[in-house]
Amino acid sequence: MSAATRVATPRKTSKGPWLRAWERFRSNGAALAGLAILVPILIAVSSYPLWWPYAPNDIDLRALNQAPGAVHWFGTDGVGRDILARLLQGGRISLTVAIVSVAISIVIGFLVGAIASFGGKVVDNGVMRLVDLAMTLPPVIFLLVLASIAGTGVMPTIVVISLLSWPVLSRMVRARLMELRERDFVVAARGMGASMPHLLFRHGLPNCIDILVVYATLQIANAILLEAGLSFLGLGIAPPEASWGNMLNAARSTIVLEQYVWQWMFPGGALVLTVLAINFLGDGLRDAFDPRSDLN
Amino acid sequence: MMPEPILDIQDLRTVFRIGGRDIAAVSDLELSIAPGETVALVGESGSGKSVTSLSVMGLLPKKVGRIASGTIRFRGKSGVTNDLAQMDGESLRRIRGNDIGMVFQEPMTSLNPVYTVGEQIAEPIRIHLGRSHKQAAEDAVKLLADVGIPDPARRARQYPHELSGGMRQRATIAMALACDPALLIADEPTTALDVTIQAQILELLAKVQAERGMAMLFVTHNLGVVAEIADRVAVMYAGRIVETGPVDQVFAHPRHPYTKGLLRSVPRLGEATALKRAGTPLPTIAGSVPSLANLPQGCSFAPRCPYAIDACAVAVPALVDAGEGQLSRCIRWQEL
Repeated sequence: MSAATRVATPRKTSKGPWLRAWERFRSNGAALAGLAILVPILIAVSSYPLWWPYAPNDIDLRALNQAPGAVHWFGTDGVGRDILARLLQGGRISLTVAIVSVAISIVIGFLVGAIASFGGKVVDNGVMRLVDLAMTLPPVIFLLVLASIAGTGVMPTIVVISLLSWPVLSRMVRARLMELRERDFVVAARGMGASMPHLLFRHGLPNCIDILVVYATLQIANAILLEAGLSFLGLGIAPPEASWGNMLNAARSTIVLEQYVWQWMFPGGALVLTVLAINFLGDGLRDAFDPRSDLN
Repeated sequence: MMPEPILDIQDLRTVFRIGGRDIAAVSDLELSIAPGETVALVGESGSGKSVTSLSVMGLLPKKVGRIASGTIRFRGKSGVTNDLAQMDGESLRRIRGNDIGMVFQEPMTSLNPVYTVGEQIAEPIRIHLGRSHKQAAEDAVKLLADVGIPDPARRARQYPHELSGGMRQRATIAMALACDPALLIADEPTTALDVTIQAQILELLAKVQAERGMAMLFVTHNLGVVAEIADRVAVMYAGRIVETGPVDQVFAHPRHPYTKGLLRSVPRLGEATALKRAGTPLPTIAGSVPSLANLPQGCSFAPRCPYAIDACAVAVPALVDAGEGQLSRCIRWQEL
């Protein structure tokens, strides 16, 4: 187990791009802290029905607005629902909405970028003007209009958020693919008889993975905030379904704000902590995937 | 008599659309390559030699470049002859990498940095021959051994950045050879390498060509390389072949003033010191290559040619037989 034996053992295979990125990531303290916060949150959120006795919508009429204690760790709300259960369920919803909407916006963003960069001048111009248009729309108003059309609930919220967030990504993907298109190995692959889908998915996609991963993590944080904002305004996830945003909505009442602090502090804290952790993680990933950060 | 050629280009004219005008990068090009033969295409930058190889591969920049006229008859591995100039994209794609292999100039950038060398060599094998991942990976290791890479199994698992320039060029050659093509197009494969590696790569190309009986179109601007590897040479100037013939013949008795000028401007060992003592610079060809958009009337080389007469500016000279398999596009070839 000494350093000498480790040096003596030859590497079996070469370090791939993923392994090298992981090694850079591992040396980043903030990113590891982000990961250390995020992983327990994810585990708690996905496994809570197994270990927490209360369901998010169970009403305990003998315990309205109860302060945190031994029975209800994080207290209860105005109708006697357990805050911790709602917090975990809300996390589930918020994170699901964020992850699914970002996944959708990545697919849209990548495909639009791919069409623009490989489709020729006219297509490129058309698509990019569309992207410009989507980007010039003021996001809050666009969001409100979309949300009022799509309605409330998990699916409409996912649709609204994913429709808002793809244009930036499609621009980044387009720029990267245009650069790749002229690179010798892509011309060489065409010389080998590679077809367009092959070029796009075997050569284009892996060389865009840094953009996609970094964008995905940072955009998930953004999407969580968007969801919270929408739900706070009553346009995202509608009660009785829990989400961090609509739990915060309770704080609009002055009584809750002043006297039942636990009812909004916990979802607010969870929101801040998660978004912060994801941002740290995203920064770490960006450094890890940026070839200029370490040339080994 | 020569055997039936693998590649037979007739009257090829490739144009680029620039600023709403068609500019011919290659005109009246005739070139044929017999099985097992190496033909070198020489010329300065912009003479049309790379455009010729891209025309054959069907890799001209879309929308800008196209083949305006002419035929490119190519006999594939199956023995079927097709006109590559008339083929659609999909059929051409099946020929590329399978019947025609291509080696590019820059070994540093012609491999994808995110895949191992083995995976990239296996790629054309999987695309064209439909072999399984495992079978293709084994084939890739064999190919790496064929191109003289030591410890091929380990190298196949490495990424391009872990290989030296010469090693990477060997890997791209392995990739081009993957499907055992009938024709190998090498577009300046040694230009980016240093001289010792250059010699090794030329030796390797000559060896694999002899082993596989492959025809080779070798594009270069280096006359030393031509002398070393080619059977026949075609000298290009401003989009046209100005002289072609067996290498020894052309080098010993150039029948075109341009070829003559090129050969004269190659320094010989010890010559530099002699010239320095005599106070004369290394001979060069006066003037510069004309813009393809603005070619002079008649022979494009006439404005720089010491042998030019009034008749040269009248019409583009035809490629005439100068004997010994040599053709020249000069009206005064007999006087050279």
